[in-house]
Amino acid sequence: MDTLMLSRLQFAAATFFHFLFVPLTLGLSVLLAIMETTYVRTGNEEYRDMARFWGKIFLINFAIGVVTGITLEFQFGTNWSRYSEYVGDIFGSLLAIEATVAFFLESTFIAVWAFGWKRLSPKAHAVTIWLVALSSNLSALWILIANSWMQHPVGFVIRNGRAELDDLIAVITQPFAWHTIVHTVSAAYILSAFFVMGVSAWHLLRKQHISFFKKSFRMAVSFALIFTIVEVVQGHMHGGEVAKIQPSKLAAMESVWETTKSAPEHLFVIPDPDNERNLVEFGTIPGGLSMLAFHDFSSEVKGLKAFAPSERPPVTFTFISFRVMVILGFFFLVMAIIGWLMRNAIEEHPALLKVFLFSIPLPYVASEFGWMVAEVGRQPWVVYGMMKTSNAVSPIAASQVAISFVAFVLVYSFLGIVAYYLIWDHARKGPVEATLPGGADEEVGYA
Amino acid sequence: MLETIWFALWGILWAVYFVLDGFDLGIGTLSPFIAKNESDKRAVYNSMGPYWNGNEVWLITAGGVTFAAFPKTYAVMFSSLYSALLLILFCLIVRGVAMEFRSKFSSGGWKSFWDALLWIGNFGPALLFGVAFANLFRGILIDKAGIYHGSLVSLLNPYGLAGGILFTLIFTVHGSLWLAIKSEGALKERAGRLAGNLWFALAVVAVVFLGATYFSTDLYGNYMKAPVMFVIPLAAVGALIGIMLFIRQAQWLKAWFSSAVFIVMVTLFGVGGMYPNLLISSIDPAFSLSAFNSSSSTLTLEIMLGVALVFVPIVIAYQIWVYRFFGMSVEKTR
Repeated sequence: MDTLMLSRLQFAAATFFHFLFVPLTLGLSVLLAIMETTYVRTGNEEYRDMARFWGKIFLINFAIGVVTGITLEFQFGTNWSRYSEYVGDIFGSLLAIEATVAFFLESTFIAVWAFGWKRLSPKAHAVTIWLVALSSNLSALWILIANSWMQHPVGFVIRNGRAELDDLIAVITQPFAWHTIVHTVSAAYILSAFFVMGVSAWHLLRKQHISFFKKSFRMAVSFALIFTIVEVVQGHMHGGEVAKIQPSKLAAMESVWETTKSAPEHLFVIPDPDNERNLVEFGTIPGGLSMLAFHDFSSEVKGLKAFAPSERPPVTFTFISFRVMVILGFFFLVMAIIGWLMRNAIEEHPALLKVFLFSIPLPYVASEFGWMVAEVGRQPWVVYGMMKTSNAVSPIAASQVAISFVAFVLVYSFLGIVAYYLIWDHARKGPVEATLPGGADEEVGYA
Repeated sequence: MLETIWFALWGILWAVYFVLDGFDLGIGTLSPFIAKNESDKRAVYNSMGPYWNGNEVWLITAGGVTFAAFPKTYAVMFSSLYSALLLILFCLIVRGVAMEFRSKFSSGGWKSFWDALLWIGNFGPALLFGVAFANLFRGILIDKAGIYHGSLVSLLNPYGLAGGILFTLIFTVHGSLWLAIKSEGALKERAGRLAGNLWFALAVVAVVFLGATYFSTDLYGNYMKAPVMFVIPLAAVGALIGIMLFIRQAQWLKAWFSSAVFIVMVTLFGVGGMYPNLLISSIDPAFSLSAFNSSSSTLTLEIMLGVALVFVPIVIAYQIWVYRFFGMSVEKTR
């Protein structure tokens, strides 16, 4: 394999692994903040214990998210030096702003929160977790603005042989960025809510800590309901934005080969990229795709054949990723509605609880597939329409990248196994042992 | 002018990173030798626990600022130093995880495993940052197109290795002083004594390194041109002596602050000698990347300066608050 392919694989591995941990940080921090605020407002200690129990899991998850985040920043320089040189004026600034404005706040106050249970008043302690929640979400905002710029570059001029910043406000306020932010953050909240509901279901199925996990479940299910609705409605609008600004991605997402007016939506498709057609298409809704993408049954949808073969993304990959994400999205909505309706007697519905338990991994799958659509669907471009991925890679020896790629796979696999084992172990033990671990380690802290 | 301001900020960010994470790197490097039992080990971990994460963000910011202000330097530097940087990265990953996961089980094997990773995860970066910076002072084999013609092994030249040893000693002195502040009893005594002993090694290596710098690099050029800049190395020497004076009086906090000043001055001495270059080519000085030929557009530099001037003081303010909040001794806080 050459440096380009190895660098792509390494970046994919590092990013996908990182994003196993990011969404739970984004969503659980908000849930923890709500728990602690409820404790402050009601004085009910069960809410404080909830914050401690879920907080321990949060910290394990957070640790892996933090240490794997640096990799991403480093890799732009190590593996994608031509990209960095070409767009650093804009893209580098967004990363630097993220670190200065958000990541410092998050990394500093997470420690105050973890070590501050005894030293701070409940109110002040709740403020620290709100700061963590705010800054981690703010951090996501800047990173997603940077990613959106790769999807749809705006506010720049090509000068001195590179892309230079022309209008920062345009970069920050472009609609595509805000669609991406709402979409990704809602997905993170859904994932966190399903995580909390799933773990709660496990305990409720065993009829232990009923009140504690019912409260957790009820809080999470309301969260899930709000954000699955947001996600489905906004996801539709998001698709409309993609149709407008990334026609080659839309064509791959839907596996449309011919440019057609009043394009149909097929419920079931098997793409056949070798022959530039679909092997199977059925469940056809006439004009459905035109309607979904442009809100007009008669509008024209560009097909893949409108693009040179070298400028098409991998079709089957993008198509399947998109379908899986959408199907799961609707599944989450249905589950959130059912769960919400049953929330007051959820412990009496073991079959439903089992579905929630086994649903824990699904939002992870949906999130990763969503990124697959975004990133693979953007190929062959690293910056859509501006710079190809093949022109972005560093002029370095493939052997170096091969070694580091293997190292990443080994180290990350190990960390992943350890982290999820620890998360499972803490989740299983439940709140009693979590709040009374004995000895000096009574705080949610270190050592 | 903007380029020069950003060059200075770039140097200062590295200096702050070395001051803050330097004590983590030093304590981690010393941990197998200084912690005799489980309670010592807990004290070692707790002396870093609340801080390491916030400290590491200074590295991310230093990287981010290189990317934002000097994208070409970022591109060439990070791809040229590929293996060294990824080694540092893996070390930082495992030391962070060690810090967070060690306490999760009480089994002895589990703890020893993370103790080993804590050591390698801190010693590795301490050494490699030194090797990397010494090579930056000396220049690396980059051509006109910014393509690197060396390897990891070519960074391990005698001067590079001397830099590695120097940085390791700087951080271990800095770390043992921090541990002396943060611990009590026998551990505090051992940490203080160790700081004193390591200081002598540091003083010898620092003198040797300064001499070698004269022969291996062009760093002194700027100082000859503007002798007023000799204030920086003089301040470094003063701070180095200050460390010893305060160690003698068992004034650990003051000794640590002297060490912090020493680290800042050593970093600024190197960076000041490189100015305006950020990445010196040892093939031909004409290929060197400087604050002027590798910088971002004026607009980006202006905007980023605004962001830095507003937010960096805020960051410093709340980080100082956090350091004060956690107080002096880790034993008392529990």
